[in-house]
Amino acid sequence: MVASWDLSNLLDSLSDDLARQLDPQHCVMVGIYTGGVWIARELHRRLGITAPLGELDISFYRDDFSRVGLHPEVRASHLPFALDGRHLILVDDVLYTGRTIRAALNELFDYGRPERVTLAVLVDRGLRELPICPDFVALKLRSHPDEYVKLRGPHPLRLEFLRQDLP
Amino acid sequence: MKTWRMGSGDPQRNAQGRLCHLLTLEGLRDVEIIELLDTAASFLDLGSRTVKKIPLLRGRTIVNLFYENSTRTRSTFELAAKRLSADVLNMAIASSSVNKGETLLDTVDNLLAMQVDGFILRHSEAGAAHLLARHLGEQAWVVNAGDGQHAHPTQALLDLFTIRHLVGPIHERVVLILGDVLHSRVARSLIQGLSILGCPQIRVLGPRTLVPPELVHLGVHVFQDDRAALEGVDVLYALRMQKERMDVQPLPSLEEYHRRFGLTPERIRLAAPGAVILHPGPMNRGVELTSELADGPQALILDQVTHGLALRMAVLARLAGGSG
Repeated sequence: MVASWDLSNLLDSLSDDLARQLDPQHCVMVGIYTGGVWIARELHRRLGITAPLGELDISFYRDDFSRVGLHPEVRASHLPFALDGRHLILVDDVLYTGRTIRAALNELFDYGRPERVTLAVLVDRGLRELPICPDFVALKLRSHPDEYVKLRGPHPLRLEFLRQDLP
Repeated sequence: MKTWRMGSGDPQRNAQGRLCHLLTLEGLRDVEIIELLDTAASFLDLGSRTVKKIPLLRGRTIVNLFYENSTRTRSTFELAAKRLSADVLNMAIASSSVNKGETLLDTVDNLLAMQVDGFILRHSEAGAAHLLARHLGEQAWVVNAGDGQHAHPTQALLDLFTIRHLVGPIHERVVLILGDVLHSRVARSLIQGLSILGCPQIRVLGPRTLVPPELVHLGVHVFQDDRAALEGVDVLYALRMQKERMDVQPLPSLEEYHRRFGLTPERIRLAAPGAVILHPGPMNRGVELTSELADGPQALILDQVTHGLALRMAVLARLAGGSG
């Protein structure tokens, strides 16, 4: 481990940014399994969003299915609201290549047509492979592909930044 | 009775031991079955979405190769493939080259030349799916959708799914299979699946000609007396009585069968409280079970159909994924 952060501060600042620039009461929120759901739960509570939190498992929409197959632990996505015409805040823990967000957007549009989708992430570690840009970021990191940024949780939430070559 | 003997190596696995065809439940590990059932559970919710398709098998081509009639199995495989976004070719065998003497493997080679990715095979000969799998190796995958009296693994998996999903853990439930166990590929696969998942007691009940004592070699308890067989049973699995076999097999008449072994409200009361009824379909009302029971709350027959779709999606996703 080369670094650790106070997650509570990061979550507060992310939540404050969202509250300042959006109208959270009129938004719905969806977290991406697994880490994105943990972060979304924190934001959902802090922002006092009334609509229940949605949870998205993007396994069925991954672009590496041909190579690696289905992940053994697929959970059902659960969107307890109609998406049509809503402003949706999509939440993930670590934004990296952008492929997860691509898959998440494809899945969301199979549920309906949101009026707007805003992307909020805890960490943007760069190294994008797709033209995807977050709207809200709590922490920007400059990372190398060999490094490893991972959110552990849910109790307590802990952000790890590791080098692959370390034991 | 024809039985398929496995040669050297397991024909449903590749050299690395990975499952690359689904031919039989024989030789599957419990974790492999559980993983398929869990995957099926995750597909179950898709049916309630407006857009029921997911892109997992986009661009793949799957052939439904049915040498025997089947409505439910063929249509659920077709729908399963389509919900995964695959293209499906339904081979109408009765009107195809088979009638001109083309063999199974010639037919398949022609289809392979059209770059198909997988075959779903229903055939009257036991071992047909194994033959096809050996022929294809890893060029394309094969799902056995019923071969003669040998195996029908996806039916058994959807039955296991239904029990696990709506009744409870299989290692805690007593299951009774009623009817023509001897000739039933459904029963054979189900017994294998129940054994692998640790079902504490598998019972069979039926006329002596159809449930001979030798069935104990499959690890089942053989009953001819309905009262003893039904006591404490959680799951009643009624096999379809094949009217077409009545002429050639030493069976009692259908009326006689119903009187002695058919499921009736009176008979059900002998089973454990809350016992459920499964049937692989299509059912003969008034033979395997009464209409009243078939339409009653204890019958999970339509749930089996719903689960069959999700389960077949899981099987196709399992075979098609990670092979590129």
